[in-house]
Amino acid sequence: MTSRATLIQIEGVSKWFGDFQVLRNVNLQVAERERIVICGPSGSGKSTLIRCINRLEEHQEGRIVFAGRELGPDATDLAQVRREIGMVFQEFNLFPHLTVLENCMLGPTRVLGMTAAEARDRALEFLNRVRIPEQAGKHPGQLSGGQQQRAAIARSLCMQPRVMLFDEPTSALDPVMIKEVLDVMNDLAESGMTMIVVTHEMGFARTVADRVAFMDEGSIVECLPPKQFFSNPSDERTKLFLSQILSH
Amino acid sequence: MPANAAARRSRPPPREVRGGRFWNRPWFEVLQFAVFVGALLGLAVSGAMRMGYNWQWYRIPAYIAEIADGELIWGPLARGLLVTLELTGWSVLLTLAIGLTAALLRLSDSFSGRILAKSYLEVVRSTPLLIQIYLFYFVLGPILGLDRFWVGVLALSVFEGAFAGEVIRAGILAVRRGQWEAGASLGLTRIELYRSVILPQAIPLMLPPLTGIVISLIRNSAIVSVIAVFDLTTEARNIIAETFLSFEIWITVAAIYLAFTVVLSAFATRLEHRVST
Ligand SMILES: Nc1ncnc2c1ncn2[C@@H]1O[C@H](COP(=O)(O)OP(=O)(O)OP(=O)(O)O)[C@@H](O)[C@H]1O
Ligand SMILES: [Mg+2]
Repeated sequence: MTSRATLIQIEGVSKWFGDFQVLRNVNLQVAERERIVICGPSGSGKSTLIRCINRLEEHQEGRIVFAGRELGPDATDLAQVRREIGMVFQEFNLFPHLTVLENCMLGPTRVLGMTAAEARDRALEFLNRVRIPEQAGKHPGQLSGGQQQRAAIARSLCMQPRVMLFDEPTSALDPVMIKEVLDVMNDLAESGMTMIVVTHEMGFARTVADRVAFMDEGSIVECLPPKQFFSNPSDERTKLFLSQILSH
Repeated sequence: MPANAAARRSRPPPREVRGGRFWNRPWFEVLQFAVFVGALLGLAVSGAMRMGYNWQWYRIPAYIAEIADGELIWGPLARGLLVTLELTGWSVLLTLAIGLTAALLRLSDSFSGRILAKSYLEVVRSTPLLIQIYLFYFVLGPILGLDRFWVGVLALSVFEGAFAGEVIRAGILAVRRGQWEAGASLGLTRIELYRSVILPQAIPLMLPPLTGIVISLIRNSAIVSVIAVFDLTTEARNIIAETFLSFEIWITVAAIYLAFTVVLSAFATRLEHRVST
C-alpha cells in the first residue's frame, strides 16, 4: 500500500455522557482516499465516534485533528471544518420544507456563497450521480426511503467535502432500497472519496473498505484490512460478533 | 429552469377543509355563536326594559361618524378605534421582537442569557397587567421620557412578549434534532441555521397560538385606557360620562372589538392554510 497524507487523526479520544464512558482512548488515523467501515454491537459508541469527527458531539480527552486543524471549542473554525465534512444520517434528515433541489442548493448558496444558478447546476449534477434527477422538484416526503437517502448523499456531496461520514445509512431501509443506496456509495468509493461508514452491511465492508474497525464498549478492538478481518480476527469479541452477524 | 414552479405544483394537496358531521361545519359554529349573542342581547334588552331603561340607539351612529355640510366627520368611537388599531399594530411588532429575543436567549448557550429570559417570563407572568401598566406609566415613562401612547405599547408588548416567547420557544423545540444536526453538518452558522432550516419549519406550528396572543393583545389594549390613551375604551367612557348612554355604547364597543378579532381570526386561518400547504 502506498502511504498517503493523513486526513483525520484521532488520538486517545475519550468521552463521557455524565458518568457513563462512551469512548475509551480511541485511536484511529484515516488517510486521504481511505475507506473505513466501523461495525460493532449496539451501544458500542460507533455513532458517537463519527459524530465527534464533525463535532456534533464534543470529546473530553485526546485530540481530533482534521486536515491539520485540531477540533476544539473555537466556533469560527468549526463551521469551516464542517463544510469540508459530509455527514449522512440513518434518518436522512432532509429539510422537509424544501424541495430535493433546494435541499442540495442550501449549503452551496448559504455556506459557499455560490449564486443560485451555479448551485442549481451543481445540485443537478450530483442528483444525476445518485440517479434521482427526476425527483429534483419534489419534497422529501414524496420520496421513497432509498430516494431520500440518496438525496441526502447528494446534498452532502454538493459541498464537495473532503470526507464523507455515514452513520448506518441503510438501517432504516428495506432490501431493494438498501441496494440502491449501496450502489451509490460504491460509485462514490470508486471516485476516490474518503469515507468512514458505520454499517452492518458486511458485503459492503468486504468489497469496498480498506480497513474494517470493530468497536466494543467504547474502544476500537481491532482495525484490519477486510481479508484479515473476516478470515482471521484476533480478538474473541470480534469473532463472536462476526459469527452472530454473518449467521443470518 | 422551471424547477421552482414544478416544485410548488407538486406539493401535497392542501388538507381538506373540515367537513363531515354538521356540528363540525364552520356554519354550525357561526350559528351557535349567533344564538349565544342573541340570547345575551335578549337578556340585556329584557333587563333594561324592566329597569325602565330609555334606549336611544338613534344617537349612536353620530359617535361613529356623521356627515356635516356634505363632509364625512369621524366620531370619537371611530377615532378611538383608530388609536386602538395603531396601539395593537405597534404592540404586535414589538411583541414578536421581544418574544423572539426571549426565545432565542432561553435556547442559547449563554447561562446569563437563559437566566435573564427565564426571570423576565416569571416576573411578567406573576404580576397583573394593570400593575405593570401603572409601573411603566409612573416609573419607566418619566425616566425614559415616553408619552402615554408609547408607554401603552411598551407595557402591552412586554406583557404579551413573555407569552409569545414561550410559544416561539415551543415551536423551535418542536423541530426535530436531526434538522439541527443536518444543518450544522453543512457548515451553516447558527443564524443561517435558524433562518433557512429551523424557523421555516417552526413558524407554521407557532401561527395558531400566536394568533391567540394577538387577539389577547387586542382585548388587553382596552386596559391602557387607565393611563388615558385615547383608545376605543377611553372614548367610550368619556361619551358615557357625558351622555349616560352606557348600554348602547358598551354594546357597540363590544361589537367593534368582536368584529376586529373575528376578522383577524379569519385572516389568520387563511394564513395558516397558505403556510401549511
Ligand atoms: N446524548 C446522550 N446522552 C447519554 N447517553 C448517550 C447519548 N448518546 C448516546 N448515549 C449512550 O452512549 C452509548 C453509545 O451510543 P452510540 O449511539 O454511540 O452507540 P452505537 O454504537 O452507535 O449504537 P447503535 O448501533 O445502536 O446505533 C449508548 O449506550 C447510548 O445509550
Ligand atoms: Mg448508532
